[in-house]
Amino acid sequence: MANYQSLAAEGMWNNNPALVQLLGLCPLLAVTATVINGLGLGLATMAVLVGSNITVSLVRNFVRNEIRIPVFVMVIASFVTIIQLLMNAFTYELYLALGIFIPLIVTNCAIIGRAEAFASKNKVLPAAFDGVMMGAGFTLVLVLLGGMREVLGAGTLLSGADRLFGPIASNWTLTIFATEQPFLLAILPPGAFIGMGLLIAAKNAIDNRLTARQTKQKKQVTRIRVTAES
Amino acid sequence: MKLTLSSSPHQRVQRDTGQVMRLVIYAMAPAMLVQMYFFGWGLLIQSIIAVSTALITEAGILRLRQKPVVRALSDYSAVLTALLLAVSIPPGLPWWMTLIGTFCAIGIVKQLYGGLGFNMFNPAMVAYVILLVSFPAAMTMWLPPVQFMADPLSFADTVSLIFTGYTQAGLDVAQLRTVADGITMATPLDAVKTGLTEGLTYSEAIQSRIFNGGLANSLGAGWSWVALTYLAGGLFLLKTKVINWHIPVGMIGSVVVCATVLHIADMDFYASPLFHIFNGSLLIGAFFIATDPVSASTTNKGRLIFGAAIGFWLVIIRTFGGYPDAVAFAVIIMNMAVPLIDYYTRPRTYGHGSRSNKRGR
Repeated sequence: MANYQSLAAEGMWNNNPALVQLLGLCPLLAVTATVINGLGLGLATMAVLVGSNITVSLVRNFVRNEIRIPVFVMVIASFVTIIQLLMNAFTYELYLALGIFIPLIVTNCAIIGRAEAFASKNKVLPAAFDGVMMGAGFTLVLVLLGGMREVLGAGTLLSGADRLFGPIASNWTLTIFATEQPFLLAILPPGAFIGMGLLIAAKNAIDNRLTARQTKQKKQVTRIRVTAES
Repeated sequence: MKLTLSSSPHQRVQRDTGQVMRLVIYAMAPAMLVQMYFFGWGLLIQSIIAVSTALITEAGILRLRQKPVVRALSDYSAVLTALLLAVSIPPGLPWWMTLIGTFCAIGIVKQLYGGLGFNMFNPAMVAYVILLVSFPAAMTMWLPPVQFMADPLSFADTVSLIFTGYTQAGLDVAQLRTVADGITMATPLDAVKTGLTEGLTYSEAIQSRIFNGGLANSLGAGWSWVALTYLAGGLFLLKTKVINWHIPVGMIGSVVVCATVLHIADMDFYASPLFHIFNGSLLIGAFFIATDPVSASTTNKGRLIFGAAIGFWLVIIRTFGGYPDAVAFAVIIMNMAVPLIDYYTRPRTYGHGSRSNKRGR
């Protein structure tokens, strides 16, 4: 299981927590009105995921099977509290923008799912790496969806970057187009659902195309051999 | 010898989808002409934008889905969807909004669900709601009927208004809506809604100028004539058996019942049933939109329930909701309930499940 390459592929693509496992959809759909909100929540989730995976992996041999779930939840809750306090201290505006969805990271099934399915059965280093990759996969989707919705709905990208990166980023906002009548649907919840559906569809389409290409190559090989024999 | 087995119905009206859709379009045509007479060239330009966008979107997505393009395009369903959207939107709407709306109707609501016959929702109505939710200001900018405008828009002015946002004289829609003496003309439904929120009673609210020259006292000028022509078109559809009577009757009947109950309860606040029927888009909704064979209920009893429920929601949303008209919302809400309605109104097969042998089932 300690094959890092396959762990990376699982987290980012094959078993992406947002696109394939469809976990943590509530924060995913709720906060992705802008790239920065998505990135902020993605990084927070990733930090919690890495922390909880490491801790769960460390204690996996001491926690009895019967009480493992409460222990996991407490570990996750502690990390969420730490992250929440850190965000409150250093990125206060982002903290306000994300609101309830920071404490709600506790209930993100992707995290307890990884604790149960991977961290509790593996050594510390692979568990940490799995946390990084699953978190990165989740963040990637949050950023993509946030980007789609922000461009369509407001015509900008990276607006409010200073909330996350501090005053240096105050002029990072890219204006793709300026409009007095933004496409509000993209910013509103339906835009999140439709955008998420389109992302999943795109992922499946790419997968289908890849498998089709592989089978085609195999077919070509057989045909060549048949003609050679006949 | 070849014996073909096919499921019922065995006797069918020999009409294919294309003919049905064309008949509906013919039935709409007079009303569209009346609408153009009262509200200017905008509808024609919006129809052209919508129909061409619809055909291009449909062709593009069918191509992606590797389905036969020509056959699907020649069934006129995309054209009908585009026309239904075009008559629902304000005639001066910027062109790119019509484009987005039609693209959503055909691309997302129809083709993503599997194309004609598979869409859960009425494409034109979802597109209308998408536009209304996204661009609330532009989508409520109806120009007043022609007789109230200081000088009616020429064709060139309308084109320029739709594509640049300004007429050739540099007026935008908000300015055009302001009639000679500085009063902004609202639609009949808007006028009453605003009047009521400003503390007028219903009978005071319908004194608004927009009701001068309508069919009757409380019926909006221009709008009520358009509605009447849609009623005529709808009766033509009934006569030619393109639609059944159940949905229109259920819908209008339930509007009459709900509106009458409210009106009797408090005449100062609740509009009369006649007001509800001839203002806004109820009649086009009852005959042309709710009767969409794909997204409506498929059993006769179900159709009655479907229509009646739409009528109920229509009155509730018009009276208590934030938006002045509600046909689109009501239709979409009931589209979601169609599988449930169909499940509970399945007609009894002959010889099965009758009351006498229920136990034996």
